[in-house]
Amino acid sequence: MHNEATRSFSTSASFQMNPPAVITAENLTKSYGELVAVDGISFEVPAGESFGLLGPNGAGKSTTMKMIGGVSQRTSGKLSIMGLDPETHGPEVRAHLGVVPQQDNLDEELKVRENLIVYGRYFGLPLSYLRPKADELLEFAQLTDKAKSRVDALSGGMKRRLTIARSLINEPKILLLDEPTTGLDPQARHILWDRLFRLKEQGVTLILTTHYMDEAEQLCDRLIVVDKGRIMAEGSPASLIREYSTREVLELRFGSERNATIGVELAGVGERVETLPDRVLIYADDGESALEQVSARRLRPLTSLVRRSSLEDVFLRLTGRSLVD
Amino acid sequence: MISAHSPAVSASRAKRWGSFFYAEQVLRVMRGYGWSVFLYSVGQPVAYLFAMGIGLASLVDANSAAVFGGVNYLTFIAPALLVSSAVMTASGDFSYPIMDGFKWRRVFYGPHASPLVPQQIAAGHIMASALKFLVQSLVYFAIVAMFGASPSPWGWVSAIVATVAGLSFGLPLMAYASTITKDSGQFALVQRFIVVPLFLFSGTFFPLDSLPLAVRWIGWISPVWHGTQLGRVFTYGLEENPLLTLTHVLFLVGAAAAGWTLTRRQFARRMGA
Repeated sequence: MHNEATRSFSTSASFQMNPPAVITAENLTKSYGELVAVDGISFEVPAGESFGLLGPNGAGKSTTMKMIGGVSQRTSGKLSIMGLDPETHGPEVRAHLGVVPQQDNLDEELKVRENLIVYGRYFGLPLSYLRPKADELLEFAQLTDKAKSRVDALSGGMKRRLTIARSLINEPKILLLDEPTTGLDPQARHILWDRLFRLKEQGVTLILTTHYMDEAEQLCDRLIVVDKGRIMAEGSPASLIREYSTREVLELRFGSERNATIGVELAGVGERVETLPDRVLIYADDGESALEQVSARRLRPLTSLVRRSSLEDVFLRLTGRSLVD
Repeated sequence: MISAHSPAVSASRAKRWGSFFYAEQVLRVMRGYGWSVFLYSVGQPVAYLFAMGIGLASLVDANSAAVFGGVNYLTFIAPALLVSSAVMTASGDFSYPIMDGFKWRRVFYGPHASPLVPQQIAAGHIMASALKFLVQSLVYFAIVAMFGASPSPWGWVSAIVATVAGLSFGLPLMAYASTITKDSGQFALVQRFIVVPLFLFSGTFFPLDSLPLAVRWIGWISPVWHGTQLGRVFTYGLEENPLLTLTHVLFLVGAAAAGWTLTRRQFARRMGA
């Protein structure tokens, strides 16, 4: 009895110091024949962290999520979720998780509330727990007045929120979100972010993939930038921006014909000049003074904009490509 | 404030009861259109029994009663209609819904992310459908009995025979359906070139041995024929070699078991377990 108490005390003490990793991936690889979708990536996620995988479509994010979710087997490497290998302990690992897949797979033939209850049954949860829990989650997802509607009557944003509510039915400590807001309008995205932020505050570990830099900046404590199955960089959004970009960016448009050739004339302005098909980006700690230098050279852009650096710039710097093609 | 049981409990319950959990989901969906299932299972037999048993039977019985083993035509065809009905329901339940689960609405992938394993998702679908066949067959049998077409006290067993016959046709179909990644009309072909011939050439409306040998083999490999003959043994005591009766049982159970095994394997392969 006494030992038990001491042990739990020391566990919580060590939690304060250095939260234990709930997910550990080591040299994780997945190939489909010739194609290597995930090419030896390693990372650790401590409990309660909000961890993101940022990268363009086809970078290997979803494949990584499927391996963590125990629904796709790795080709090589090590993977552990709550100390369990999803390959040998699939049901045990999945019992710990809430999963929001990229594509909604709600049961359209069942009512909204019934979708939650049926899903809870897969975890062997009794109806005495599921009935009040379903109502609580509908409230959380702002779908209370839709409880008796059919799923096909919901908007895209509502379906997404219902999928998130469904993933929470077993009170998971780890939530996997694959592109949670892709295809939603800005208002629906903000509602969703707000809900996810509340979960984070409750101590739920969030693992999310996204190709939206603003989403990554809003939600992630730490992220890995993934491209072609490999990790390009790792860190908090702020530290990645600090490391791979300048504080500000000056965006200039000279018209599609001049953009390509203007780079030479801009040499020396700011720290770095990046020429894109539709605009020229000048990386500088002070965007306004960079703009003054451009004016001093008698270059007349059609439009100019000074903004803070974002993860988009980090990605561009790391891969030479934009996140969203 | 009550809270969920631990993940370990979820996992152990899912391991033990997962197939039933998924069956429960399928049954809930079926309940959504329970009326049409009920009307189908009552309306179809009544229509068939009237048309065949009252209309056609009056002609047949007047001319060739001896051909049908000394029973009237209605009694002869009732077990066949019972089995055919289950097989036709199976051809629906184990084709398009499988495509739907994997591809169209991807309903199999919801439980796939839960502690359930693909084999349990397959089993749940099978168990729910089997229960539906059984209920439908019992209703069908009750109507047959009301028409006085099941003189034997063991007639009710034919409802179980029909259920197993439905599975012995349906599960190999399900195994095939779970390999299809692109719908290019395969199920319509199955209907036209497998289900319909099985229905016509399985000793349904006339004894199989009145057919020429060239097409009689269709009956021998047909779950409808094996199910029908076995049903006849139970509803009116058809006299046949006990070894043949045993063959019917082995064929039906064997085909269902083989279909189930292949389905499990294909579900596991397709869902990456």
